[in-house]
Amino acid sequence: METTFRKQWPTGLTVLTVIAGAMLAASLAMIFLYAPMEQNMGWVQRIFYTHVGSAWAGAVGFVGAVVMAVLYLATRSRLWDVIGHASVEVGLALVTVGLVGGMVWGNQVWGVPWTWDPKLTSFAVMWLSYAAYLMLREGIEDPERRQRFEAVYAIVAVATVLFTYLGVRLVETTLHPHVIGPSAATGEGDFGLSTRMVQTLIFAVVTWTVIYATLLWHRSRLRLLRDSVDQARANLIGGRSLAAGD
Amino acid sequence: MLPRLLLQDIPDTTSGLVFGYIAIGVIFGLYLLSLFLRARSYRRDLDIIEQTEQDND
Repeated sequence: METTFRKQWPTGLTVLTVIAGAMLAASLAMIFLYAPMEQNMGWVQRIFYTHVGSAWAGAVGFVGAVVMAVLYLATRSRLWDVIGHASVEVGLALVTVGLVGGMVWGNQVWGVPWTWDPKLTSFAVMWLSYAAYLMLREGIEDPERRQRFEAVYAIVAVATVLFTYLGVRLVETTLHPHVIGPSAATGEGDFGLSTRMVQTLIFAVVTWTVIYATLLWHRSRLRLLRDSVDQARANLIGGRSLAAGD
Repeated sequence: MLPRLLLQDIPDTTSGLVFGYIAIGVIFGLYLLSLFLRARSYRRDLDIIEQTEQDND
């Protein structure tokens, strides 16, 4: 991946963007035309595939940020910070897609869009943790200090991801059904996955992972572009100051 | 007759599906739009700075 911004899209990014768009269209076609109707929930159950796929890809983004954070701390290369920051932002956008889809689905199945259930509460804590990451980093002026903060924060904040996706499975009283394995006794909205449902789900998960990778590349380029603007602006101001004899 | 009887048990949750996918589309679309608008804004800034540098030279 490039370390400085180039105006022209790389061919790989163009190909990846087209593939992601085609996969999204194919995934939606599978959801609406291939997956069978769930008998207890009806049409609204078809949100499940996009809800799980986008929530999964968001988690990949947060875990990916940890990998980038470790690489940054080991090498102090700005590139890892650029990708790590992009990974968090894209991850947050994708978990928001999953969150909104889940709320609409929950409204139909549970009768309310939100409850302070352990799974949903831990999801809210995770969401707020990463929203805070994006806000707090903007408050640090010194680039090196900001990059260190981002790396350490990404490593610490992933605890909320691990609890939301894995740790909450140990909680016996959650309303949220588990996708893999049996749900808790209190789980509502659980259903048996037929072969076609599993195929549709797997394709949706792969599709949203490809969408994550595509957006990660675009967002990283955007950050490089912003850095180029900041650098050019600093050079311009510096040049003017020298010319003025400051 | 039998398939129709079976179908009668499935609740009509079409409105939830439509609302859900509209909400998902709006959130995802807004994020894509924000990426596009930010990129356009930075490109404009870069062009203006480059133009100013050329004028100074």
